[in-house]
Amino acid sequence: MGELRLMKGNEVIAEAAIRCGCDGYFGYPITPQSEVMETLMDREPWNETGMVVLQAESEIASIHMVYGAAASGKKVLTSSSSPGISLMAEGISYIAGAELPCLIVNVQRGGPGLGTIQPSQADYFQSTKGGGHGDYRLIVLAPSSVQEMNDFVELGFKLAFKYRNPAMILSDGAIGQMMEKVVLADYIPRMTTEEIDKKYGSWATNGKKVNRQKNVITSLEMDSLKMEVNNQRLQAKYAKMEEEEVLFEEIQCEDAEYILVAFGSSSRVCQKSVDIAREKGIKLGLLRPITLFPFPKKPIAALAKRVKGFLVVEMNAGQMVEDVQLAVGCGLPVKHYGRMGGIIPTPSEVVDALEQKLIGG
Amino acid sequence: MELADIINPKNLVYKKPPLLTSTTMHYCPGCSHGVIHRLLAEVIEDMGIQEKTIGVSPVGCAVFAYNYIDIDWQEAAHGRAPAVATGIARTNPDKVVFTYQGDGDLASIGAAEILHACNRGEDMVVIFVNNGIYGMTGGQMAPTTLLGQITATTPNGREAGRNGYPLKITELIAQLPGTSYVTRQSVQTPAAIRKCKKAISKAFQAAIDKKGTSFVEVVSTCNMNWKMTPVKANEWMVENMFPFYVPGDLKDSSKNNPESYTPLKN
Repeated sequence: MGELRLMKGNEVIAEAAIRCGCDGYFGYPITPQSEVMETLMDREPWNETGMVVLQAESEIASIHMVYGAAASGKKVLTSSSSPGISLMAEGISYIAGAELPCLIVNVQRGGPGLGTIQPSQADYFQSTKGGGHGDYRLIVLAPSSVQEMNDFVELGFKLAFKYRNPAMILSDGAIGQMMEKVVLADYIPRMTTEEIDKKYGSWATNGKKVNRQKNVITSLEMDSLKMEVNNQRLQAKYAKMEEEEVLFEEIQCEDAEYILVAFGSSSRVCQKSVDIAREKGIKLGLLRPITLFPFPKKPIAALAKRVKGFLVVEMNAGQMVEDVQLAVGCGLPVKHYGRMGGIIPTPSEVVDALEQKLIGG
Repeated sequence: MELADIINPKNLVYKKPPLLTSTTMHYCPGCSHGVIHRLLAEVIEDMGIQEKTIGVSPVGCAVFAYNYIDIDWQEAAHGRAPAVATGIARTNPDKVVFTYQGDGDLASIGAAEILHACNRGEDMVVIFVNNGIYGMTGGQMAPTTLLGQITATTPNGREAGRNGYPLKITELIAQLPGTSYVTRQSVQTPAAIRKCKKAISKAFQAAIDKKGTSFVEVVSTCNMNWKMTPVKANEWMVENMFPFYVPGDLKDSSKNNPESYTPLKN
């Protein structure tokens, strides 16, 4: 059993990064996630593990510092909130195109534009469908607790290195700011140069050794036929993720007639909604996608064969609902209930919406 | 001397450096990039740092620099090479990192990244190729385009009121306490080439010695987009660019005393 602490979600990201043997963090302050870098600077991991922490001049610089370090085989991350992630979009596309492993944490706030600093889930499309240019996907993990903020740091890195692909923790201001108890992971040592050479020597640019060809990290290919092959390789990788890496949680779905689908903060709200509905005699269950990409299409399709309808609850105008509709793929009603601009729905609001949009309708 | 004498291996005095690959360069005939690449390959070889050098290529004409020098390379997004190099240098302090950037990449879209990397004094080398024009995209105005200079986007010549002034970014860089050696060179004559090579060597040594950022501007030609012969382009550069971008060392902290700052006491 690891060390038990009471911590903020943002602080836990920092602690987990140090403990999982991370080589570097590059970031820029933005509310509501500035505690990530503040915690790191306070912890001074460079004295403890040798981890580098650097406050960059912008989110643009942060993500390209991540590119450079990741391309040398290092385990590095950045964190930001919605407008900052938009600034990083170009860099994320380059990282995906160059097939580099890294972790990006988005503690979402309400948009569009400068928006608000309150929690939101309005970056679902941006995270799961691209955000930057070109056909690429991120591995997107959606934590619903401070514990998962901790757990998904190492999981995100594990998947990122397995697929040589950027992974994102898609959190929000509520989970970033709230304090919960958390069991911290044990320390993993940072990889040595020799270990990096052995494991990633076939691609990492950390100095050309005499016994190998030069390594070049690039996303550029002027020959369209070769570029199409590169794209096919990426798509095959994403298809493999869809086969092998889907994570989700089902709560009281066994006998459910109606299903709520929600991730992150809204799924925490929906857990209570399930209890309220069941007290009213409504057989309600909750499906919580943990990986937003790859999306849990199959479990939703399986539920669609035996339930009466789905209500997708999001803190946005209706984004994940499109993926649920695609997964259901039949005439079964799939409705959306959302709050925007930094508002978190209440559990009873969700039950009211269920009754109005699905049961009464 | 007859051709047979010239090609006789016994008379070989000048050959392709081993670190320059056999890939045919995509540069236009007369372009300065080829010479600068060669100098880099020579310096890296002379210093014996092939195994620990990582180059960062830009977006622009030198985007394919990674094809020509036999070291590990990363291709950066437009303007972001100094940030990419920072990421490498910070997490790999035992390595030697350099960026190779043009004027559009470094002084326009990447102005923030270059100023901040130099101001932090990242232990790295910056090779800044300034030919006063965008090459790859077909001869548009660069931040360093001279007033009155004709480009695809200043067809009647750059005019200050409409297009702003040419940016002496190297002069700005030289003021930053994070930089150790800041110099402006060129490669239009054998003498200039030899001098430029010395400057590049010195810059690499400063980075290896952890003295902060070293910055080598190479005032260059783009005869294709300037619409001149290579010879004429060299003459035009000397006549028009050198008075504004004056060659020579702008800062050498091994000679000058670096500015001292006293941190606040907490």
